[in-house]
Amino acid sequence: MSWLSPTIVASLIAMLQAVVILLGAVLLGAVMTVVERRLLGLWQDRYGPNRVGPFGSLQLIADMIKIFFKEDWIPPFADRTLFVLAPVIAMASLLLSFMIIPITPGWGVADLNIGLLFFLAMAGINVYAVLFGGWSSSNKYALIGAMRASAQTLSYEVFMGLALMGVVAMTGSFNMREIVNAQEGLWFVIPQFFGFCTFLIAGIAVTHRHPFDQPEAEQELADGYHIEYSSMKFGMFFIGEYVGMVLVSALIVTLFFGGWHGPLLPPIVWFALKTGAFLVFFVLLRASLPRPRYDRVMSFGWKFCLPLTLINLLVTGAVILIADPL
Amino acid sequence: MSVATPTIDSTAADDPVVGALKQRFGDQAILEQATLTGMPVLWVARDIVIEVLSFLRDMPEPFEMLYDLSAIDERLRGNRRGLPASDFTVFYQLLSIARNRDVMLKVALHEDDLALPTSVSIYPNANWYEREVWDMFGIDFRGHPHLTRILMPPTWNGHPLRKDHGARATEFDPYTLTVEGQDVEQEALKFKPEDWGMRRENADTEFMFLNLGPNHPSAHGAFRIILQLDGEEVVDCVPDIGYHHRGAEKMGERQSWHSYIPYTDRVDYTGGVMNNFPYILAVEKLAGIQVPERAQTIRIMMAEMFRITSHLLFLGTYLQDLGAMTPVFFTFTDRQKGYEVIEAITGFRMHPASFRIGGVTMDLPRGWETLVQGFLDWMPKRLREYERAMMENAIVRERTRHVAAFTTREALAWGVTGPNLRATGCDFDLRKKRPYGGYENFDFEVPLGSNGDVFDRGQLRIEEMRQSLRIIQQCVDHMPAGDYKADHPLTTPPPRDKMLQHIETLITHFLQVSWGPVLKPNESQQMIEATKGINSYYLTSDGNTMSYRTRIRTPSFPHLQQIPAVMRGGFVPDLIAHLGSIDFVMADVDR
Repeated sequence: MSWLSPTIVASLIAMLQAVVILLGAVLLGAVMTVVERRLLGLWQDRYGPNRVGPFGSLQLIADMIKIFFKEDWIPPFADRTLFVLAPVIAMASLLLSFMIIPITPGWGVADLNIGLLFFLAMAGINVYAVLFGGWSSSNKYALIGAMRASAQTLSYEVFMGLALMGVVAMTGSFNMREIVNAQEGLWFVIPQFFGFCTFLIAGIAVTHRHPFDQPEAEQELADGYHIEYSSMKFGMFFIGEYVGMVLVSALIVTLFFGGWHGPLLPPIVWFALKTGAFLVFFVLLRASLPRPRYDRVMSFGWKFCLPLTLINLLVTGAVILIADPL
Repeated sequence: MSVATPTIDSTAADDPVVGALKQRFGDQAILEQATLTGMPVLWVARDIVIEVLSFLRDMPEPFEMLYDLSAIDERLRGNRRGLPASDFTVFYQLLSIARNRDVMLKVALHEDDLALPTSVSIYPNANWYEREVWDMFGIDFRGHPHLTRILMPPTWNGHPLRKDHGARATEFDPYTLTVEGQDVEQEALKFKPEDWGMRRENADTEFMFLNLGPNHPSAHGAFRIILQLDGEEVVDCVPDIGYHHRGAEKMGERQSWHSYIPYTDRVDYTGGVMNNFPYILAVEKLAGIQVPERAQTIRIMMAEMFRITSHLLFLGTYLQDLGAMTPVFFTFTDRQKGYEVIEAITGFRMHPASFRIGGVTMDLPRGWETLVQGFLDWMPKRLREYERAMMENAIVRERTRHVAAFTTREALAWGVTGPNLRATGCDFDLRKKRPYGGYENFDFEVPLGSNGDVFDRGQLRIEEMRQSLRIIQQCVDHMPAGDYKADHPLTTPPPRDKMLQHIETLITHFLQVSWGPVLKPNESQQMIEATKGINSYYLTSDGNTMSYRTRIRTPSFPHLQQIPAVMRGGFVPDLIAHLGSIDFVMADVDR
């Protein structure tokens, strides 16, 4: 058994961890589709899906069977290559971002020095999914949805990155583990409150969740950029959106709410609880708010959020310099 | 009963409007017709009709609204009693808010020369009405900007409301559709901007033409509107209706006075018995029936119940169109509670057809007060909740304030009535201004808006629900005793207990149920304040068991026609908000 050297064991464990996290992320995204409907039902005075299995717990399996066996239709007028590529990008770019999230001290896929930058890059790539999907469908509604999505994501990514720079400045690193460790005494949500607010808004906008779901606004665009998609291609967009929701929740927890830190309970439980709380918050937002008009969303981003992040960054920088002059 | 049944002579012989017209155009030019419509009906010659219309629109206290415009195929009408010779009669009904009066102009046309000048330049909403007349009767309006079919498919042969056009599928050859035929139909539905004088591009932009509907989540039914877009800005738009047309007016000529009642329920399908109301009142004018007070009060109570359920549906979908997904579930819960009451009293939920000529179907069930009171106690706190959670929400206000706003003047010019008119601040509610069916006995207020925007149209309807609750409360507190049906030979069906005892009533019952009641030749009309605006039935009786012509004027038709005038320059989401705030159902538009 001499080939089973410690290095190999370590890399096998790392691979196993990666697979578990990957499956966990996808599964959580899928489960969220059902959890969301049940929660909406609760808040909307109705049951939600409760027919399949005890308390509707097997609804997910029924949905999966349905979506796998639907006809995978590509419209004859679509640009095939891009049409097929778009959902792949949508799903892959978000899943890849999970790589940088440290779940517990011992769990996590990669410990990148440029952790945060990697996430921002992936979020940037995610725009292409929507853009390609909307453009290649050759459908006017999809096109308008894609236009809205690209404009919105671009605008909100500008200050999404900036909102995180306060955290980076306080930690002095882009590495996610170091960011979590830096919060052992005080969660960043307190010193970086405005950074948290703007990142939360940008996070919702980038994942196209209500109330920033203008790109797919059902009442206006009848589902926007993925209107022509069916079967698993639609499923990938759909699950991708929920994976994005999980990702943003996990990021908020990591960056502002001390990651796995917390008293008494084991780290994994703390991480799960905090992430879960944000997932529920996302659903609650959808249940309670109307949708602002698209141009207002843009001007809110540029005229309110961007200046706020800049001021936040400026103040953070000044405080750091005053407290610890080089 | 409160609806006056004027004698033939009383139709305002010395009406100041008629006087002014005679003074201006000469005694010979104006011929009065005595009817039961409650307004002067004046025959004028084709060559002066435009002048008469302009005169009436521009006189002091003007007739600012073209309320209705349609036609009658008179070729088979037997009882015309010295009216001018006419094969086809086009009628214009004008409404004056200041005078609170109507006037009807009739123009006689000969079969060989079915044409008259267009009135679009005087009343902008004549556009769709004239298209409808062309579509239904084949009457040409010279100078009309776009005289094409509006309700029937563009490929249709014939004009359905002519008496020689078939009414039932069995009168036609079996329907077939070949591949070529399908191509022709689809080509005919294709939108060609040039036909509408629209340009595909200007100096620096190529416009996108977006086909919204007839299948679209926010189109509220089979409604199609084609948008000319510059980015997301609506440069212009063309509403396309007719996908829900069922020929309700034609069916009126094939059903007995009694058996037509259920068809009216389906005209504004969210309004239930509210649709029976104008029809029944108009029939009762023809029959000369006085309805007992109890029947009147039951009718008003049920009509107001339906106003509430209709407004609740409006509120839920209106907020959903603004992107709030939750309120619609709450309003549907409330609506369900309303339907439980309605079902207990009428026997059905959405389309009870429970008004009868001379009364209602049956007396109130035992324990009805508790049921209705339960609903009355439930609603106010819910309405407060909708206001607090939604109407005071910053996003809702931002989406609706000053969006798709129009003034009273514009509203009247486009024929807008009901809550949409009152949202502009115009105090015109028929229940107050021209009480019908017993409304004069009730104490309620008429809520008014001020800006005439999407917000006011929503807020006003919440207020109207409160007033309806007040009216229903008064019904519960003061329900008169007595009969639920009038003791009159034309009451259909006659009271059952009498039918079982008197041979005379039994014979009447038999005749009325098998043939239908026979109404004397005359014309009558009743306007009511329906859920969505003013709805009226203009009935022409030729002394038969069936109506000779049933004209249904619905509020949603002009409301949709107005959309382009309001939306030019708005954004797509504003259009969706406006569509939500109009409160229309396509069945009410297309009939």
